[in-house]
Amino acid sequence: MATTEEIRAQLAELVNDVAGVPVEDVQLDKSFVDDLDVDSLAMVEILVGCEEKFGVAIPDEESKNLKTVGDAVAYIEAHS
Amino acid sequence: MTTLKASTGPQFARIMSVGSATPSRVVPNDYFLEFIDSSDEWITQRTGIKERRWIAEDESITTLCLAAARSAIERAGISVDQIDAVILSTISHYHQTPALAPQLATELGIPDAAAFDISAACAGFSYGLAQAESMVRSGQARHVLLIAGETISEITDVTDRGTAFLFGDGAGAAIVGPSETNGIGPVVWGSDGSQAGAIWQTVSWQDAVTGGTWPSLGMDGRAVFKWATSFIAQAAKKCLDEAGITPDELDVFIPHQANDRITDTLLRYLKLPEKVVVARTIRHLGNNSAATIPMAMDALLTSGEAKSGQTALIIGFGAGLVYAGQVITLP
Repeated sequence: MATTEEIRAQLAELVNDVAGVPVEDVQLDKSFVDDLDVDSLAMVEILVGCEEKFGVAIPDEESKNLKTVGDAVAYIEAHS
Repeated sequence: MTTLKASTGPQFARIMSVGSATPSRVVPNDYFLEFIDSSDEWITQRTGIKERRWIAEDESITTLCLAAARSAIERAGISVDQIDAVILSTISHYHQTPALAPQLATELGIPDAAAFDISAACAGFSYGLAQAESMVRSGQARHVLLIAGETISEITDVTDRGTAFLFGDGAGAAIVGPSETNGIGPVVWGSDGSQAGAIWQTVSWQDAVTGGTWPSLGMDGRAVFKWATSFIAQAAKKCLDEAGITPDELDVFIPHQANDRITDTLLRYLKLPEKVVVARTIRHLGNNSAATIPMAMDALLTSGEAKSGQTALIIGFGAGLVYAGQVITLP
């Protein structure tokens, strides 16, 4: 099972790939929208990428709650 | 038992020509700011669109389709009596019956052609191409005139912040005919009716009559974006596999122009080499639904960015949900 840091690092690569955000900026306390300037379409892509990369299903109603990098990492840890 | 003769045709088919028509009225992003809380920058950033073309008073689905068809017929170098079938793909012929294709055929001087409309929204060109290819190869038609035309502006709700600025009008047409070598790879296509609510006509014609509300085209942008960047990306890869080519062998990529950001994602997924020319007509034409792919193909060939004989991947996807794609040799 991957550690929190491993999931964060993989997620950071994904966010970098989709939205061009430097990987070192993608820290657990950062908000996707407010801190990392990820817009709604990029967020959809990131979540689709998470589903593929981590083998988790992220329903639309859940995705609205994933506001920070930490939220996403915790969701992946709980569901993968 | 009586033995029936079966039709037989040439082994291969190809697209012999493509033509297109764009309406004269240029509609910039600023036009919509009167109706929705948005900005030129926001629209461009989210979609890639700077402007689109809408029909003027003297233009219509018919005038656009005829202009595109005439161009395709002339470029194919065939006479109209060599065309045995006319397929029109559209969701913008707001007259349920008769179909528009027979009237177009007659107007073009094509005698006694099999003619019918199909409804496959933004996948319409590739749906029609699959049918045209089969008709040529089975000997049911020597040449097929495939037209895709749309005037989505007529069902655009300019106050809907999710769709107001997305669509542009236009038409594209192609002649599909016999070939000594294969010019159209196997179609990869399908549908998912469980997502009928992802893109839809907001009011049925029946309710429009009783309620007096003209319908518009509604869209769940998030659902469509998710589907296009995941499922459609895989379908696009499958088109290459089915045609037996690798990304390195591709010269041109013409995805349906739904959103520049979807195109970006498809490119990342497919890992296409830098040399591949990518259609970006959405920036000046918007999303032309079924007409998008032939309009983009014509634009790339006319500008010289793409060349006759090159190998192109085309894929359309939209309301249904439906999708279809093929690898083709450019005319």
